[in-house]
Amino acid sequence: MNLWGFKISETRGIDYDKNDKALLNYLAEKSPSSKLCIGCGGCTATCTAGNLTEFNIRKLQMLVKRGENKEAEQHLHKCMLCGKCLLVCPRGVDTRKMILTLIDYNRNKEHVLR
Amino acid sequence: MYYDNFVLPFVIGLYSLLIYLAIKYIRWIRTFPKADKLRIIKGLFTTKTLRSIREIITESIVHNKIFRTNPFLGYMHMCFGLGWFLLIVVGKIESTVYHTSLFNPPYFAIFFRFFHPANETFPGSNTFAFLMDFILLFILSGVFLAWMKRLYSRVVGLKKTTKHRPFDLLILTVLWMIFPLRLLAESFTSGARGGGSFLTHTLGDFFNNFLPLENLIYPAWWAYSSALGLFFILLPGSRYMHIPTEMVFIFLKNWGVKQGRKANAFTEFQLYSCSRCGICIDRCQLNTSLGINDTQSVYFLKKLRHKKDYTTLPENCLMCGRCESSCPVGIELNAIRLSKRPDMSRINKDTYSYIQPIDIKTAKVAYFAGCMGHLTPTVIAAMKHIFGKAGVDYTFLDESKGICCGRPMMLSGNQAITSVIVEKNRQMIYASGAEILVTTCPICYKIFKEEYKLKIKVMHHSEYIDELMKKNMLTTARSNYKTILHNPCELGRGSKVFEAPDNVLKTVSQKLSTKYDGKNSLCCGGSLANTHISAEQRTKIGSDALDLYATYNPDIIATACPLCKKTFTKKASDIQIKDIAELVAENCR
Repeated sequence: MNLWGFKISETRGIDYDKNDKALLNYLAEKSPSSKLCIGCGGCTATCTAGNLTEFNIRKLQMLVKRGENKEAEQHLHKCMLCGKCLLVCPRGVDTRKMILTLIDYNRNKEHVLR
Repeated sequence: MYYDNFVLPFVIGLYSLLIYLAIKYIRWIRTFPKADKLRIIKGLFTTKTLRSIREIITESIVHNKIFRTNPFLGYMHMCFGLGWFLLIVVGKIESTVYHTSLFNPPYFAIFFRFFHPANETFPGSNTFAFLMDFILLFILSGVFLAWMKRLYSRVVGLKKTTKHRPFDLLILTVLWMIFPLRLLAESFTSGARGGGSFLTHTLGDFFNNFLPLENLIYPAWWAYSSALGLFFILLPGSRYMHIPTEMVFIFLKNWGVKQGRKANAFTEFQLYSCSRCGICIDRCQLNTSLGINDTQSVYFLKKLRHKKDYTTLPENCLMCGRCESSCPVGIELNAIRLSKRPDMSRINKDTYSYIQPIDIKTAKVAYFAGCMGHLTPTVIAAMKHIFGKAGVDYTFLDESKGICCGRPMMLSGNQAITSVIVEKNRQMIYASGAEILVTTCPICYKIFKEEYKLKIKVMHHSEYIDELMKKNMLTTARSNYKTILHNPCELGRGSKVFEAPDNVLKTVSQKLSTKYDGKNSLCCGGSLANTHISAEQRTKIGSDALDLYATYNPDIIATACPLCKKTFTKKASDIQIKDIAELVAENCR
């Protein structure tokens, strides 16, 4: 009920003990190299899609780690899989495999819900 | 009437096989898409049919392409293919000459030595006997090589030979037994009743010294006929389905039937045409560099054909095309692999809605660097320099707001969403009003050529530079550097561009010829097609390739692909890695 014209925002705090780790675990299993990420942002700096719109692979990683899977999913389909990030990554993360795994997870989830 | 009960296993085996094959092939062809059926009807009464017959003779029977891979391996396959073919044909002619009618039953020619009384001669009977013995010896030498190959495959130039299923090993044994049994049956008959020639007659006389041949003739012919019958009965479930299927496949291929995006009945034809010779195993760098031994085309096709779980095999392939270019049957291995990658894409109005049309300067020549091109700015700078030197009016399509060409997406299997990217790019290309589209990246080049269906000319920069040189619009000096050409997979084997980069490199440097020229070029390991191997494994493939090139002591390894260049530079090496465009720019006058 918004009686006073303002309200208290919901907390943005993430409890790492309680957050949804399903996607993170799936990613770690299917695309283990994603665990190597140090968050340098090289992928994002070179990104062809990121040059044109708000798309940030580094942020995507962070969202998945936080369990903010819905937000992560919204960004996924902007990727064109060109593979520049793959060549730039100093840690050898297979970023394309990562994106494909995330897309695959969402597709499978929909199959289960149906 | 020539008949004996022992011919039954052969006759039953042969006719059941023929009926089975007819039903199977007709069923497959009936499920072909309409366009493919039309292609077959259109091609039926053209020279394509004659060309197919020629190809059947050179490939299915003589095995010409295997010869080029290794003469011993080719000889072994030729012994079985040509030898067996000649045995049937010459045998048929021999029996026809004797019987003077073409319409004797098929078994009559096969078991001619049994039915023909040895004392009865006919025109050329001695020559025929000699020929038949000679052909049999020819096949037996092949059988001997085949045994050796199983024991030690390097005899025929293969580091690794195919691992077969137990069932295939069984029929292999049956096949190996057929010809020695024929030799025994004919020798026994010759020893007891006369006839035969240098091989069967000599052997027959020898056996006659210590064996009761008269009693052994009959069992020997029974054994020979049973081996043949058993081979025919087992054939449909074995890899020897390639013998009949390859011939049909050659006709279909020449009539213009192609492997589409989705697996269909034509895929089945190709799967069954694979003889599992194993030539693809040694060609695969996943095998030679990484020791991965289950993903090679022969094993992938085997799993597909026998409907086994193939899990990650579709992804675990560089699609470098080294196997496809060496496949003696000409199976579209990359296309089949791609057809098994699932299309996960869903399209809605928001799909890539962030990609908006941009203002493009119009010019005669449009230049597209591609995503990978932007990772190697020196190549772009070199191209700009070359355009400037040649005085070409060009427009740089993706200088600041370009998008991906769509080929990487396509390689991931997501065909539907690829078409969205393709459409966006096509609009941009047409907006430039260009007549020629020049690209730096062979990955882009391949999809521009094959999928975009552009009405303008598409050229890779190596082709374009070659043309500029031929038109004398670009004059270059010839440097003293010794160079090696690393022809990128997507350009060479992928798009059949071999000459242009070769010419350009020869013009600007001292190009060394290596055994990796042309379609034998190696893969750098950076291929976007493989989503299974790790970054370390990619680097290993690349550095192994560099080591092989380094044995020729070049000063520079020249490539024509920014992805190859980028991948190769991950290994520290004294040898410089340069793009052809860079070499040309350096030597421009």
